[in-house]
Amino acid sequence: MSLDLVTTDAFASQETARQDSPLAIRGLTVSYGQKPAVFSVDMTVEAGKMTAIIGPNGAGKSTMLKAALGIIKPLAGTTTVFGKPVAQQRQKIAYVPQRASVDWDFPTRVIDVVLMGLYPKLGLLGRVRAAHREKAEDCLARVGMQDFATRQIGQLSGGQQQRVFLARALAQDAELYLLDEPFAGVDAATEKAIIAVLKSLRDAGKTVVAVHHDLSTVAEYFDNVFLINTRRIAEGSVVNTFVSRHLQDAYGGRLAGAQMDALALS
Amino acid sequence: MNGAEFVPLSLVPMLTGIFVAVACALPGNFLVLRRQALIGDAISHVVLPGIVVAFLITGVVSTWPMLLGAAGAAVVAVVAIEAVRRLGRIEAGAAMGVIFTAMFAGGVLLLEQSDTSSVHLDVEHALYGNLESLIWLDATGWSSLWDWQALKGLPVELPRMALTLVVVAAFIALFWRPLKISTFDEGFAQTIGMRTGPLGLALVIMAAIAAVAAFDAVGSIIVIAMFICPPAAARLMTNQLEHQVAWSVVFAVIAAALGYVIAGYGPLWIGLQDSVSAAGMIATMSGIILGLAALFGPHRLRGSAAPIG
Repeated sequence: MSLDLVTTDAFASQETARQDSPLAIRGLTVSYGQKPAVFSVDMTVEAGKMTAIIGPNGAGKSTMLKAALGIIKPLAGTTTVFGKPVAQQRQKIAYVPQRASVDWDFPTRVIDVVLMGLYPKLGLLGRVRAAHREKAEDCLARVGMQDFATRQIGQLSGGQQQRVFLARALAQDAELYLLDEPFAGVDAATEKAIIAVLKSLRDAGKTVVAVHHDLSTVAEYFDNVFLINTRRIAEGSVVNTFVSRHLQDAYGGRLAGAQMDALALS
Repeated sequence: MNGAEFVPLSLVPMLTGIFVAVACALPGNFLVLRRQALIGDAISHVVLPGIVVAFLITGVVSTWPMLLGAAGAAVVAVVAIEAVRRLGRIEAGAAMGVIFTAMFAGGVLLLEQSDTSSVHLDVEHALYGNLESLIWLDATGWSSLWDWQALKGLPVELPRMALTLVVVAAFIALFWRPLKISTFDEGFAQTIGMRTGPLGLALVIMAAIAAVAAFDAVGSIIVIAMFICPPAAARLMTNQLEHQVAWSVVFAVIAAALGYVIAGYGPLWIGLQDSVSAAGMIATMSGIILGLAALFGPHRLRGSAAPIG
Protein backbone atom coordinates (compact mmCIF):
# COMPACT_ATOMS: atom_id res chain seq x y z
CA MET A 1 0.00 0.00 0.00
CA SER A 2 2.74 2.39 1.00
CA LEU A 3 4.58 1.61 -2.24
CA ASP A 4 1.55 2.58 -4.29
CA LEU A 5 1.29 5.84 -2.41
CA VAL A 6 4.93 6.72 -3.08
CA THR A 7 4.66 6.15 -6.83
CA THR A 8 1.47 8.14 -7.03
CA ASP A 9 3.08 10.97 -5.10
CA ALA A 10 6.16 10.92 -7.34
CA PHE A 11 3.94 10.95 -10.39
CA ALA A 12 1.87 13.79 -9.00
CA SER A 13 4.89 15.95 -8.21
CA GLN A 14 6.26 15.30 -11.70
CA GLU A 15 2.95 16.37 -13.16
CA THR A 16 2.96 19.52 -11.04
CA ALA A 17 6.46 20.37 -12.29
CA ARG A 18 5.23 19.93 -15.82
CA GLN A 19 2.17 22.10 -15.27
CA ASP A 20 4.31 24.92 -13.92
CA SER A 21 7.20 24.59 -16.34
CA PRO A 22 7.67 27.35 -18.94
CA LEU A 23 8.64 24.58 -21.38
CA ALA A 24 7.91 20.90 -20.88
CA ILE A 25 8.72 18.40 -23.61
CA ARG A 26 7.61 14.76 -23.43
CA GLY A 27 8.64 11.90 -25.72
CA LEU A 28 9.76 14.17 -28.54
CA THR A 29 10.98 12.22 -31.57
CA VAL A 30 12.05 13.82 -34.85
CA SER A 31 13.47 12.16 -37.91
CA TYR A 32 15.02 13.35 -41.16
CA GLY A 33 14.60 10.30 -43.38
CA GLN A 34 15.45 6.99 -41.73
CA LYS A 35 17.61 7.99 -38.78
CA PRO A 36 16.06 9.79 -35.81
CA ALA A 37 17.63 13.20 -35.10
CA VAL A 38 15.93 13.46 -31.73
CA PHE A 39 14.70 10.33 -29.98
CA SER A 40 12.10 10.24 -27.22
CA VAL A 41 13.40 13.31 -25.42
CA ASP A 42 11.91 14.66 -22.20
CA MET A 43 12.79 18.13 -20.94
CA THR A 44 11.38 20.21 -18.09
CA VAL A 45 12.69 23.76 -18.04
CA GLU A 46 12.89 25.49 -14.68
CA ALA A 47 11.11 28.85 -14.52
CA GLY A 48 13.13 32.03 -14.02
CA LYS A 49 16.45 30.40 -14.93
CA MET A 50 18.85 30.40 -17.84
CA THR A 51 19.21 26.97 -19.37
CA ALA A 52 21.83 25.91 -21.93
CA ILE A 53 21.11 23.11 -24.37
CA ILE A 54 24.46 21.51 -25.15
CA GLY A 55 25.68 18.51 -27.12
CA PRO A 56 27.99 17.71 -30.02
CA ASN A 57 27.33 18.79 -33.62
CA GLY A 58 24.38 16.92 -35.08
CA ALA A 59 23.09 15.98 -31.63
CA GLY A 60 19.65 17.43 -32.40
CA LYS A 61 19.86 20.62 -30.28
CA SER A 62 18.32 23.00 -32.83
CA THR A 63 16.03 20.28 -34.16
CA MET A 64 14.60 19.69 -30.71
CA LEU A 65 13.86 23.39 -30.28
CA LYS A 66 12.25 23.73 -33.71
CA ALA A 67 10.15 20.60 -33.25
CA ALA A 68 8.99 21.76 -29.82
CA LEU A 69 7.82 25.02 -31.42
CA GLY A 70 6.15 23.25 -34.35
CA ILE A 71 8.52 24.64 -37.00
CA ILE A 72 9.43 21.03 -37.80
CA LYS A 73 6.76 18.38 -37.51
CA PRO A 74 7.81 15.78 -34.94
CA LEU A 75 7.02 12.10 -35.36
CA ALA A 76 5.85 11.92 -31.76
CA GLY A 77 5.81 13.87 -28.55
CA THR A 78 4.04 16.74 -26.83
CA THR A 79 5.20 20.19 -25.79
CA THR A 80 3.51 22.39 -23.25
CA VAL A 81 4.32 25.99 -22.38
CA PHE A 82 3.18 26.97 -18.88
CA GLY A 83 0.97 23.88 -18.91
CA LYS A 84 -0.83 24.55 -22.18
CA PRO A 85 -0.16 23.51 -25.80
CA VAL A 86 2.29 25.72 -27.72
CA ALA A 87 -0.39 26.88 -30.16
CA GLN A 88 -2.31 28.54 -27.29
CA GLN A 89 0.76 30.22 -25.80
CA ARG A 90 2.35 31.94 -28.82
CA GLN A 91 2.19 35.35 -27.15
CA LYS A 92 4.38 34.10 -24.29
CA ILE A 93 7.16 32.76 -26.53
CA ALA A 94 9.94 34.68 -28.26
CA TYR A 95 12.09 32.61 -30.60
CA VAL A 96 15.43 33.75 -32.01
CA PRO A 97 16.44 31.52 -34.93
CA GLN A 98 20.02 30.95 -36.03
CA ARG A 99 21.34 34.08 -37.67
CA ALA A 100 22.39 32.13 -40.76
CA SER A 101 18.85 30.82 -41.31
CA VAL A 102 17.65 34.01 -43.01
CA ASP A 103 18.76 36.00 -46.06
CA TRP A 104 20.26 39.25 -44.74
CA ASP A 105 20.15 40.72 -48.24
CA PHE A 106 16.37 41.01 -47.76
CA PRO A 107 15.31 44.62 -48.55
CA THR A 108 14.40 45.96 -45.15
CA ARG A 109 15.76 48.18 -42.36
CA VAL A 110 16.82 47.34 -38.83
CA ILE A 111 13.80 49.05 -37.27
CA ASP A 112 11.41 47.11 -39.54
CA VAL A 113 12.85 43.79 -38.32
CA VAL A 114 12.31 44.84 -34.70
CA LEU A 115 8.74 45.94 -35.55
CA MET A 116 8.10 42.37 -36.77
CA GLY A 117 8.18 41.44 -33.09
CA LEU A 118 5.12 43.64 -32.57
CA TYR A 119 3.09 41.90 -35.29
CA PRO A 120 0.98 39.88 -32.81
CA LYS A 121 -0.13 43.22 -31.31
CA LEU A 122 -0.53 45.07 -34.63
CA GLY A 123 -2.32 42.34 -36.60
CA LEU A 124 -2.88 42.42 -40.35
CA LEU A 125 -3.70 46.07 -40.81
CA GLY A 126 -3.22 47.82 -37.47
CA ARG A 127 -1.39 51.12 -37.85
CA VAL A 128 2.18 51.45 -36.61
CA ARG A 129 1.87 54.30 -34.12
CA ALA A 130 4.50 56.43 -32.45
CA ALA A 131 4.26 54.23 -29.34
CA HIS A 132 5.15 51.15 -31.41
CA ARG A 133 8.12 52.92 -32.94
CA GLU A 134 9.33 54.06 -29.53
CA LYS A 135 9.00 50.53 -28.23
CA ALA A 136 11.09 49.19 -31.13
CA GLU A 137 13.72 51.91 -30.65
CA ASP A 138 13.82 51.16 -26.94
CA CYS A 139 14.48 47.47 -27.68
CA LEU A 140 17.27 48.47 -30.08
CA ALA A 141 18.81 50.64 -27.35
CA ARG A 142 18.78 47.69 -24.93
CA VAL A 143 21.07 45.77 -27.29
CA GLY A 144 23.16 48.87 -28.09
CA MET A 145 21.91 49.24 -31.66
CA GLN A 146 19.94 52.50 -31.38
CA ASP A 147 22.14 54.25 -33.96
CA PHE A 148 21.43 51.63 -36.62
CA ALA A 149 17.61 51.91 -36.82
CA THR A 150 17.45 53.03 -40.46
CA ARG A 151 20.34 50.90 -41.75
CA GLN A 152 19.66 48.18 -44.29
CA ILE A 153 20.13 44.85 -42.51
CA GLY A 154 22.64 43.61 -45.11
CA GLN A 155 25.08 46.34 -44.02
CA LEU A 156 25.42 44.93 -40.49
CA SER A 157 28.16 42.70 -39.13
CA GLY A 158 27.25 39.25 -37.85
CA GLY A 159 27.24 40.42 -34.27
CA GLN A 160 25.02 43.40 -35.09
CA GLN A 161 22.59 41.12 -36.94
CA GLN A 162 22.38 38.89 -33.89
CA ARG A 163 21.63 41.90 -31.69
CA VAL A 164 18.83 42.97 -34.02
CA PHE A 165 17.32 39.50 -33.74
CA LEU A 166 17.50 39.79 -29.96
CA ALA A 167 15.86 43.23 -30.09
CA ARG A 168 12.99 41.71 -32.10
CA ALA A 169 12.56 39.07 -29.39
CA LEU A 170 12.55 41.79 -26.70
CA ALA A 171 9.79 43.60 -28.60
CA GLN A 172 7.63 40.49 -28.23
CA ASP A 173 7.44 40.97 -24.42
CA ALA A 174 7.51 37.22 -23.88
CA GLU A 175 7.80 35.08 -20.76
CA LEU A 176 9.92 32.38 -22.40
CA TYR A 177 12.89 33.25 -24.63
CA LEU A 178 14.26 30.50 -26.87
CA LEU A 179 17.51 31.24 -28.69
CA ASP A 180 19.27 29.04 -31.24
CA GLU A 181 23.07 29.52 -31.06
CA PRO A 182 22.91 33.23 -30.12
CA PHE A 183 26.71 33.43 -29.79
CA ALA A 184 27.62 31.72 -33.06
CA GLY A 185 30.03 33.83 -35.10
CA VAL A 186 29.65 37.02 -33.06
CA ASP A 187 32.37 39.33 -31.72
CA ALA A 188 33.32 39.44 -28.03
CA ALA A 189 31.54 42.79 -27.44
CA THR A 190 28.30 41.40 -28.86
CA GLU A 191 28.60 38.25 -26.76
CA LYS A 192 28.93 40.41 -23.63
CA ALA A 193 26.00 42.62 -24.65
CA ILE A 194 23.77 39.63 -25.38
CA ILE A 195 24.56 37.81 -22.14
CA ALA A 196 23.89 41.00 -20.17
CA VAL A 197 20.46 41.34 -21.79
CA LEU A 198 19.66 37.67 -21.18
CA LYS A 199 20.67 37.94 -17.54
CA SER A 200 18.51 41.04 -17.11
CA LEU A 201 15.58 39.07 -18.55
CA ARG A 202 16.21 36.29 -16.06
CA ASP A 203 16.47 38.77 -13.20
CA ALA A 204 13.08 40.14 -14.29
CA GLY A 205 11.63 36.65 -13.81
CA LYS A 206 11.67 35.51 -17.44
CA THR A 207 12.89 32.11 -18.55
CA VAL A 208 15.74 31.82 -21.07
CA VAL A 209 16.72 28.70 -23.01
CA ALA A 210 19.64 28.83 -25.44
CA VAL A 211 21.29 26.29 -27.70
CA HIS A 212 24.96 26.75 -26.82
CA HIS A 213 28.14 25.32 -28.27
CA ASP A 214 30.95 26.84 -26.22
CA LEU A 215 31.50 24.56 -23.23
CA SER A 216 34.00 26.96 -21.68
CA THR A 217 31.33 29.58 -20.95
CA VAL A 218 28.49 27.32 -19.80
CA ALA A 219 29.26 27.65 -16.08
CA GLU A 220 29.74 31.41 -16.34
CA TYR A 221 26.57 32.17 -18.34
CA PHE A 222 23.96 29.61 -17.34
CA ASP A 223 22.14 28.33 -14.25
CA ASN A 224 20.96 25.04 -15.68
CA VAL A 225 22.12 22.74 -18.42
CA PHE A 226 20.45 20.16 -20.64
CA LEU A 227 22.72 17.63 -22.36
CA ILE A 228 21.53 15.91 -25.51
CA ASN A 229 22.93 13.53 -28.08
CA THR A 230 19.86 12.42 -30.01
CA ARG A 231 18.60 11.13 -26.64
CA ARG A 232 18.49 13.11 -23.43
CA ILE A 233 21.71 12.61 -21.46
CA ALA A 234 21.02 14.69 -18.36
CA GLU A 235 19.42 17.88 -17.13
CA GLY A 236 19.69 19.95 -14.00
CA SER A 237 21.74 22.68 -12.37
CA VAL A 238 25.18 23.42 -13.81
CA VAL A 239 26.82 22.41 -10.52
CA ASN A 240 25.23 18.96 -10.45
CA THR A 241 24.87 18.20 -14.13
CA PHE A 242 27.75 19.84 -15.99
CA VAL A 243 30.16 17.11 -14.87
CA SER A 244 32.65 14.98 -16.78
CA ARG A 245 30.53 11.83 -16.50
CA HIS A 246 27.61 13.38 -18.37
CA LEU A 247 29.84 15.22 -20.81
CA GLN A 248 31.57 11.94 -21.72
CA ASP A 249 28.13 10.41 -22.26
CA ALA A 250 27.09 13.27 -24.53
CA TYR A 251 30.31 13.82 -26.47
CA GLY A 252 31.80 10.32 -26.32
CA GLY A 253 35.43 10.22 -27.37
CA ARG A 254 35.13 13.60 -29.07
CA LEU A 255 36.07 15.48 -25.94
CA ALA A 256 39.71 14.92 -25.12
CA GLY A 257 40.91 14.56 -21.55
CA ALA A 258 42.83 17.81 -21.84
CA GLN A 259 39.65 19.70 -22.74
CA MET A 260 37.92 18.14 -19.77
CA ASP A 261 40.71 19.35 -17.54
CA ALA A 262 40.48 22.83 -19.03
CA LEU A 263 36.82 22.98 -18.02
CA ALA A 264 37.95 22.18 -14.47
CA LEU A 265 35.16 19.73 -13.90
CA SER A 266 34.68 17.46 -10.96
CA MET B 1 -2.04 60.50 -82.72
CA ASN B 2 -5.55 61.72 -82.04
CA GLY B 3 -8.31 60.26 -79.91
CA ALA B 4 -10.33 58.99 -82.84
CA GLU B 5 -7.45 56.72 -83.78
CA PHE B 6 -5.86 56.04 -80.41
CA VAL B 7 -8.96 55.12 -78.39
CA PRO B 8 -10.38 52.40 -80.65
CA LEU B 9 -7.03 50.93 -81.73
CA SER B 10 -4.48 51.39 -78.97
CA LEU B 11 -6.11 52.30 -75.65
CA VAL B 12 -7.47 48.85 -74.81
CA PRO B 13 -4.37 46.82 -75.70
CA MET B 14 -2.16 49.31 -73.91
CA LEU B 15 -4.25 49.26 -70.72
CA THR B 16 -4.54 45.48 -70.86
CA GLY B 17 -0.78 45.21 -71.19
CA ILE B 18 -0.28 47.53 -68.23
CA PHE B 19 -2.76 45.59 -66.06
CA VAL B 20 -1.06 42.31 -66.97
CA ALA B 21 2.37 43.71 -66.19
CA VAL B 22 1.35 45.08 -62.78
CA ALA B 23 -0.71 41.99 -61.82
CA CYS B 24 2.35 39.81 -62.48
CA ALA B 25 4.94 42.16 -60.96
CA LEU B 26 3.15 42.42 -57.58
CA PRO B 27 3.37 38.73 -56.59
CA GLY B 28 6.63 38.54 -58.57
CA ASN B 29 8.34 40.67 -55.90
CA PHE B 30 7.74 38.01 -53.26
CA LEU B 31 8.45 35.10 -55.60
CA VAL B 32 11.85 36.59 -56.50
CA LEU B 33 12.73 37.21 -52.83
CA ARG B 34 11.64 33.67 -51.93
CA ARG B 35 13.86 32.28 -54.69
CA GLN B 36 10.77 30.94 -56.41
CA ALA B 37 10.97 33.22 -59.43
CA LEU B 38 10.64 30.39 -61.92
CA ILE B 39 7.25 29.42 -60.51
CA GLY B 40 5.74 32.04 -62.83
CA ASP B 41 7.59 30.46 -65.73
CA ALA B 42 6.46 27.01 -64.64
CA ILE B 43 2.82 28.06 -64.31
CA SER B 44 2.69 29.65 -67.76
CA HIS B 45 4.11 26.48 -69.32
CA VAL B 46 2.11 23.93 -67.40
CA VAL B 47 -1.30 25.56 -67.83
CA LEU B 48 -1.27 25.52 -71.66
CA PRO B 49 -2.56 21.94 -72.10
CA GLY B 50 -5.17 22.60 -69.38
CA ILE B 51 -6.43 25.68 -71.20
CA VAL B 52 -6.55 23.83 -74.53
CA VAL B 53 -8.42 20.88 -73.03
CA ALA B 54 -10.87 23.27 -71.36
CA PHE B 55 -11.47 24.88 -74.74
CA LEU B 56 -11.93 21.52 -76.48
CA ILE B 57 -14.55 20.49 -73.92
CA THR B 58 -16.51 23.74 -73.76
CA GLY B 59 -15.85 25.13 -77.22
CA VAL B 60 -15.43 28.69 -75.94
CA VAL B 61 -12.57 30.77 -74.59
CA SER B 62 -13.85 32.04 -71.27
CA THR B 63 -12.37 32.61 -67.86
CA TRP B 64 -13.81 29.94 -65.58
CA PRO B 65 -13.27 26.88 -67.81
CA MET B 66 -9.75 28.18 -68.50
CA LEU B 67 -8.98 28.60 -64.80
CA LEU B 68 -10.36 25.14 -64.03
CA GLY B 69 -8.39 23.62 -66.87
CA ALA B 70 -5.26 25.40 -65.70
CA ALA B 71 -5.79 24.24 -62.12
CA GLY B 72 -6.30 20.67 -63.35
CA ALA B 73 -3.09 20.88 -65.35
CA ALA B 74 -1.24 22.17 -62.29
CA VAL B 75 -2.41 19.16 -60.25
CA VAL B 76 -1.36 16.79 -63.04
CA ALA B 77 2.04 18.52 -63.12
CA VAL B 78 2.60 18.17 -59.36
CA VAL B 79 1.75 14.46 -59.46
CA ALA B 80 3.87 13.89 -62.57
CA ILE B 81 6.89 15.71 -61.08
CA GLU B 82 6.70 13.58 -57.95
CA ALA B 83 6.38 10.41 -60.07
CA VAL B 84 9.38 11.31 -62.26
CA ARG B 85 11.42 12.24 -59.20
CA ARG B 86 10.74 8.96 -57.43
CA LEU B 87 10.69 6.55 -60.36
CA GLY B 88 13.54 8.22 -62.24
CA ARG B 89 15.53 8.88 -59.05
CA ILE B 90 16.52 12.36 -60.21
CA GLU B 91 16.50 15.63 -58.29
CA ALA B 92 13.38 17.81 -58.08
CA GLY B 93 14.69 20.62 -60.33
CA ALA B 94 15.39 18.26 -63.20
CA ALA B 95 12.02 16.56 -62.76
CA MET B 96 10.27 19.94 -62.93
CA GLY B 97 12.19 20.89 -66.07
CA VAL B 98 11.12 17.70 -67.78
CA ILE B 99 7.45 18.01 -66.84
CA PHE B 100 7.09 21.75 -67.57
CA THR B 101 8.50 21.54 -71.07
CA ALA B 102 6.74 18.24 -71.82
CA MET B 103 3.35 19.66 -70.81
CA PHE B 104 3.92 22.85 -72.79
CA ALA B 105 4.94 20.81 -75.82
CA GLY B 106 1.86 18.63 -75.34
CA GLY B 107 -0.29 21.75 -75.25
CA VAL B 108 1.25 23.03 -78.49
CA LEU B 109 0.66 19.72 -80.26
CA LEU B 110 -2.91 19.58 -78.97
CA LEU B 111 -3.51 23.12 -80.25
CA GLU B 112 -2.16 22.29 -83.70
CA GLN B 113 -4.32 19.22 -84.04
CA SER B 114 -7.58 20.79 -82.91
CA ASP B 115 -9.79 23.14 -84.88
CA THR B 116 -9.49 26.45 -83.08
CA SER B 117 -9.73 28.65 -86.15
CA SER B 118 -12.94 30.26 -84.91
CA VAL B 119 -11.31 31.70 -81.78
CA HIS B 120 -8.08 33.38 -80.78
CA LEU B 121 -6.39 30.23 -79.65
CA ASP B 122 -3.52 28.88 -81.66
CA VAL B 123 0.17 28.24 -81.25
CA GLU B 124 1.17 31.77 -82.12
CA HIS B 125 -1.27 33.29 -79.63
CA ALA B 126 -0.12 30.86 -76.96
CA LEU B 127 3.35 32.34 -77.30
CA TYR B 128 2.73 35.99 -78.16
CA GLY B 129 -0.89 36.56 -77.18
CA ASN B 130 -3.20 38.75 -79.18
CA LEU B 131 -2.77 42.12 -77.60
CA GLU B 132 -3.00 43.97 -80.93
CA SER B 133 -6.34 42.40 -81.78
CA LEU B 134 -8.08 43.90 -78.73
CA ILE B 135 -9.74 46.56 -80.86
CA TRP B 136 -12.59 48.63 -79.42
CA LEU B 137 -14.78 48.88 -82.51
CA ASP B 138 -17.51 50.93 -80.84
CA ALA B 139 -15.21 53.73 -79.78
CA THR B 140 -15.04 56.93 -81.75
CA GLY B 141 -12.79 59.01 -79.50
CA TRP B 142 -12.13 59.93 -75.88
CA SER B 143 -15.83 60.70 -75.39
CA SER B 144 -16.59 57.00 -75.79
CA LEU B 145 -15.20 56.46 -72.30
CA TRP B 146 -18.41 58.07 -70.99
CA ASP B 147 -20.69 56.42 -73.53
CA TRP B 148 -22.45 53.41 -72.02
CA GLN B 149 -23.35 51.97 -75.42
CA ALA B 150 -19.75 52.11 -76.57
CA LEU B 151 -18.44 50.73 -73.26
CA LYS B 152 -20.60 47.64 -73.72
CA GLY B 153 -18.54 46.83 -76.80
CA LEU B 154 -15.28 46.93 -74.85
CA PRO B 155 -13.17 43.78 -75.44
CA VAL B 156 -13.84 41.42 -72.54
CA GLU B 157 -10.11 40.95 -71.87
CA LEU B 158 -9.77 44.45 -70.44
CA PRO B 159 -12.32 44.24 -67.59
CA ARG B 160 -11.22 40.66 -66.94
CA MET B 161 -7.61 41.75 -66.52
CA ALA B 162 -8.64 44.78 -64.44
CA LEU B 163 -10.56 42.49 -62.08
CA THR B 164 -7.57 40.16 -61.85
CA LEU B 165 -5.33 43.09 -60.95
CA VAL B 166 -7.76 44.23 -58.24
CA VAL B 167 -7.87 40.73 -56.72
CA VAL B 168 -4.08 40.31 -56.78
CA ALA B 169 -3.43 43.82 -55.42
CA ALA B 170 -6.02 43.34 -52.65
CA PHE B 171 -4.37 40.08 -51.61
CA ILE B 172 -0.91 41.67 -51.46
CA ALA B 173 -2.23 44.69 -49.52
CA LEU B 174 -4.24 42.66 -47.01
CA PHE B 175 -1.50 40.10 -46.31
CA TRP B 176 1.43 42.52 -46.66
CA ARG B 177 2.82 41.96 -43.16
CA PRO B 178 2.56 38.15 -43.09
CA LEU B 179 4.02 37.99 -46.61
CA LYS B 180 6.93 40.23 -45.65
CA ILE B 181 7.66 38.53 -42.32
CA SER B 182 7.38 34.97 -43.63
CA THR B 183 9.47 35.76 -46.71
CA PHE B 184 12.23 37.16 -44.50
CA ASP B 185 12.13 34.66 -41.62
CA GLU B 186 9.79 31.71 -42.00
CA GLY B 187 10.75 30.05 -38.70
CA PHE B 188 10.01 33.19 -36.70
CA ALA B 189 6.75 33.68 -38.61
CA GLN B 190 5.61 30.23 -37.56
CA THR B 191 6.42 30.82 -33.89
CA ILE B 192 4.16 33.88 -33.80
CA GLY B 193 1.34 31.78 -35.17
CA MET B 194 1.43 32.55 -38.89
CA ARG B 195 0.35 29.68 -41.10
CA THR B 196 3.20 30.03 -43.57
CA GLY B 197 2.32 26.95 -45.62
CA PRO B 198 -1.17 28.09 -46.66
CA LEU B 199 0.15 31.66 -47.10
CA GLY B 200 2.88 30.50 -49.51
CA LEU B 201 0.32 28.44 -51.38
CA ALA B 202 -2.03 31.43 -51.61
CA LEU B 203 0.81 33.51 -53.08
CA VAL B 204 1.46 30.89 -55.75
CA ILE B 205 -2.29 30.68 -56.48
CA MET B 206 -2.38 34.49 -56.93
CA ALA B 207 0.54 34.20 -59.35
CA ALA B 208 -1.31 31.43 -61.18
CA ILE B 209 -4.49 33.51 -61.46
CA ALA B 210 -2.47 36.40 -62.88
CA ALA B 211 -0.67 34.08 -65.29
CA VAL B 212 -3.85 32.40 -66.55
CA ALA B 213 -5.77 35.66 -66.93
CA ALA B 214 -2.81 37.20 -68.72
CA PHE B 215 -2.26 34.19 -70.93
CA ASP B 216 -5.24 34.82 -73.18
CA ALA B 217 -4.25 38.43 -73.80
CA VAL B 218 -0.48 38.36 -73.98
CA GLY B 219 0.66 34.73 -74.28
CA SER B 220 3.28 32.96 -72.22
CA ILE B 221 6.45 34.89 -73.10
CA ILE B 222 5.52 38.21 -71.56
CA VAL B 223 4.13 36.49 -68.47
CA ILE B 224 7.53 35.02 -67.67
CA ALA B 225 9.27 38.36 -68.22
CA MET B 226 6.73 40.24 -66.12
CA PHE B 227 7.06 38.01 -63.05
CA ILE B 228 10.80 38.47 -62.85
CA CYS B 229 12.12 41.55 -64.66
CA PRO B 230 10.32 44.46 -62.92
CA PRO B 231 10.84 43.08 -59.36
CA ALA B 232 14.47 42.17 -60.06
CA ALA B 233 15.15 45.64 -61.49
CA ALA B 234 13.29 47.26 -58.58
CA ARG B 235 15.47 45.42 -56.04
CA LEU B 236 18.49 47.22 -57.51
CA MET B 237 16.85 50.63 -56.91
CA THR B 238 16.13 50.43 -53.18
CA ASN B 239 16.80 48.59 -49.93
CA GLN B 240 13.23 48.68 -48.68
CA LEU B 241 10.53 46.25 -49.66
CA GLU B 242 7.81 48.92 -49.69
CA HIS B 243 9.80 51.01 -52.17
CA GLN B 244 10.82 47.95 -54.16
CA VAL B 245 7.19 47.03 -54.82
CA ALA B 246 6.44 50.64 -55.85
CA TRP B 247 9.42 50.66 -58.24
CA SER B 248 8.35 47.31 -59.71
CA VAL B 249 4.92 48.76 -60.51
CA VAL B 250 6.53 51.81 -62.14
CA PHE B 251 8.84 49.60 -64.22
CA ALA B 252 5.95 47.31 -65.20
CA VAL B 253 3.86 50.27 -66.40
CA ILE B 254 6.79 51.79 -68.33
CA ALA B 255 7.66 48.46 -69.96
CA ALA B 256 4.06 47.80 -70.99
CA ALA B 257 3.26 51.31 -72.28
CA LEU B 258 6.59 51.91 -73.98
CA GLY B 259 6.75 48.37 -75.35
CA TYR B 260 3.33 48.67 -76.90
CA VAL B 261 4.06 52.06 -78.50
CA ILE B 262 7.45 51.00 -79.86
CA ALA B 263 6.04 47.75 -81.23
CA GLY B 264 3.21 49.56 -82.99
CA TYR B 265 4.95 52.67 -84.24
CA GLY B 266 8.69 52.06 -83.87
CA PRO B 267 9.15 50.23 -87.17
CA LEU B 268 7.26 53.05 -88.96
CA TRP B 269 9.59 55.64 -87.42
CA ILE B 270 12.61 53.94 -88.94
CA GLY B 271 10.88 53.51 -92.29
CA LEU B 272 9.72 49.91 -92.04
CA GLN B 273 6.24 48.82 -93.07
CA ASP B 274 4.95 46.43 -90.41
CA SER B 275 4.69 46.65 -86.66
CA VAL B 276 6.28 43.98 -84.47
CA SER B 277 4.74 41.83 -81.72
CA ALA B 278 3.63 44.00 -78.79
CA ALA B 279 4.08 41.18 -76.25
CA GLY B 280 7.57 40.51 -77.52
CA MET B 281 8.47 44.21 -77.35
CA ILE B 282 7.02 44.59 -73.83
CA ALA B 283 9.14 41.64 -72.67
CA THR B 284 12.15 43.18 -74.44
CA MET B 285 11.57 46.53 -72.76
CA SER B 286 11.36 44.95 -69.31
CA GLY B 287 14.62 43.16 -70.06
CA ILE B 288 16.24 46.45 -71.09
CA ILE B 289 15.00 48.11 -67.88
CA LEU B 290 16.55 45.28 -65.85
CA GLY B 291 19.79 45.73 -67.77
CA LEU B 292 19.83 49.48 -67.08
CA ALA B 293 19.08 48.90 -63.40
CA ALA B 294 21.91 46.38 -63.22
CA LEU B 295 24.28 48.94 -64.76
CA PHE B 296 23.12 52.11 -62.98
CA GLY B 297 20.83 51.11 -60.07
CA PRO B 298 21.97 52.69 -56.78
CA HIS B 299 21.89 49.36 -54.90
CA ARG B 300 23.39 47.14 -57.58
CA LEU B 301 26.58 46.59 -55.56
CA ARG B 302 25.52 45.23 -52.23
CA GLY B 303 28.03 44.01 -49.71
CA SER B 304 26.46 40.64 -49.24
CA ALA B 305 25.93 39.92 -52.93
CA ALA B 306 28.23 36.90 -52.84
CA PRO B 307 26.21 34.44 -50.72
CA ILE B 308 23.07 34.74 -52.87
CA GLY B 309 21.75 31.44 -54.12
